[in-house]
Amino acid sequence: MLRVRNLDVSYGPVAALRRVSLHVNPGEIATIIGANGAGKSTLLRSIAGLTPARGGEVLFRGEPVLGVRTERIVARGCSLVPEGRQVFATLPVRENLMIGGSVRVRRGLRREVEGDLEHVYRLFPRLQERERQLAGTLSGGEQQMLAIGRALMARPALVMLDEPSMGLAPLVVKDILATVERIAAGGTTVLLVEQNARSALKVARRGYVLENGRVVLEGTSEELLQNRDVQRAYLGSEVMP
Amino acid sequence: MTGQPDREAMDREEIVQLQLERLEATLNRAQRSVPFYQRRFAEAGFDAEGLRSLDDLRRLPFTTKRDLRDNHPYGMFAVPLRDVVRVHASSGTTGLATAVGYTRNDLKTWSDLVARILVAGGVGKDDVVQVAFDYGLFTGAFGFHQGAERLGASVIPVSSASARRQLGIMKDYRSTALVCTPSHAMTLADAAIEAGLKPGTLSLRHGLFGAEPWSESMRADLQAKLKLVATDNYGLSEVGGPGLAGECLDRRGLHVAEDHFLVEVVDPETLAPVPDGTVGELIVTTLTREAMPVVRFRTHDLASLTRVPCACGRTMARMSRVKGRTDDLILVKGARVFPSEIEAVLLEVEGTEPHYEIVLERRHGGDEALVRVEAATPGDENLRGAVERRLASELGVAVAVELVAPRTLPRSEGKARRVIDRRRPDAP
Repeated sequence: MLRVRNLDVSYGPVAALRRVSLHVNPGEIATIIGANGAGKSTLLRSIAGLTPARGGEVLFRGEPVLGVRTERIVARGCSLVPEGRQVFATLPVRENLMIGGSVRVRRGLRREVEGDLEHVYRLFPRLQERERQLAGTLSGGEQQMLAIGRALMARPALVMLDEPSMGLAPLVVKDILATVERIAAGGTTVLLVEQNARSALKVARRGYVLENGRVVLEGTSEELLQNRDVQRAYLGSEVMP
Repeated sequence: MTGQPDREAMDREEIVQLQLERLEATLNRAQRSVPFYQRRFAEAGFDAEGLRSLDDLRRLPFTTKRDLRDNHPYGMFAVPLRDVVRVHASSGTTGLATAVGYTRNDLKTWSDLVARILVAGGVGKDDVVQVAFDYGLFTGAFGFHQGAERLGASVIPVSSASARRQLGIMKDYRSTALVCTPSHAMTLADAAIEAGLKPGTLSLRHGLFGAEPWSESMRADLQAKLKLVATDNYGLSEVGGPGLAGECLDRRGLHVAEDHFLVEVVDPETLAPVPDGTVGELIVTTLTREAMPVVRFRTHDLASLTRVPCACGRTMARMSRVKGRTDDLILVKGARVFPSEIEAVLLEVEGTEPHYEIVLERRHGGDEALVRVEAATPGDENLRGAVERRLASELGVAVAVELVAPRTLPRSEGKARRVIDRRRPDAP
């Protein structure tokens, strides 16, 4: 589904990502964990075409996408849910979702987009209940659901989630992650970036550990949970088996 | 039927991607946590340039046995000692031992990889696996023990014991798989024949033999005597022990666990990479080891590689059987000779036993080899002449032969000591 090789990204003279290579298999949930400033968001933004890369290669469904405009990448089936729940606060929930489907509406697929809306509402019944409410009046968790729902309206093959649990209450986090699992169960591949490593490794099958812009570990979630470095740095404890 | 089908039958492109990811992660961890590699990479100017493809690995310097010794015991570890749950040591075939550490994940990976090798050799969960390797610092016994348990087979950890005792247990416990060195298996086979054990008394079906090079003729001999299918496997303690590569039942090369190791072959003299199919020195880089990542380790073992897919369905590259060690290489009057080549001839000649040693001496500025081999009729000059002629024609150089009476040469209970080197004044 996604293959990244030797991705280099710099902000001015500062290297943000150094030779990052990773892959995501079709249908799986993969995660990238790491501390604040490790380069996790940069990585997703760069795959999505929002941050230019200095070198490397990104293949999405076998096609190179580095240097391709974001709208085209979205149209090819790769959507990013950015950090911080960027919803259109002054628009109702339904309009927010329709904006996500606009790529497809322009292609004359209005009827299908209506179907997608129903699909999103099935995934997030709360959004249907609040269909006419202005997005700005939703709770944090609901706004996150809206942001994810909007990305799903483009019918992506791969959805990349940047810190979906940030700033949410533990119970809401659980809810969001359960939704991530349902999204993957529905056949959409997920690349999840999380600071909350424990939760991320619970839903993901595989993961990468990013440290100062470099990948230092790759493995199954089980292996990463057992790794003492991961335990010390990201799980806040040393778990005995 | 494979141990881990999703891994062992990956597309070449998937393997290459995974190797690149894991190699970069390994290099990043080695550089971050092992001062030796920090220094080495800096000297090579590697960090600035960086790795762009697997081929760029060639720009990195080798790690030698000497490097491991210089950093003995824990200097090569990439994790604090409290994260290490096991320490083994290299078997010290040559020279001093070196310590090898394992984290909990390393042990799990190791078990998975040895289980793959057992499955490839035909062993399943219904088998009774007799491990006749010596339990201790050496990785062979524990590696196979854990792998067989992982598979769900019944493990009998006999460890080292007299041939009589090994055979007694083999018979009473109805062992179906034997794990040991090929030379030890030969000792057991001969002991069985000598004790008059009738064919069919033993239940053996699989022999997984490794830890030293052995010839195809030796395989044929072992299979006939022990009535089993013998497969070869390869590993070395410095990079974690057995599990690196093993034969499937097609027995046309050993499948390398490429998702955990990156294997190269180089010319042992120029150290330049050689193409697939050419014999050279194996170079191994670990891709997933946490406790002790090793980059471009010089194994001194000689073999070739092929990436042609195998009939068994496994896509992992195959290495040839080890032809010998670069330091076993005997130069006899300018010709390169390996003990394994001599063994192959001895096993084919009627009248000689598969027990031999090669004595090396330096005379007139060149190496001379004397092959001492057991024969039922040690005084038979015709036989001696026949063996000499046969060796000369196979090796392309004359080698003296001495026939000795049966059971006069020391028997192997572990790694056989085939070469007695008297070339250096301080040698025994």
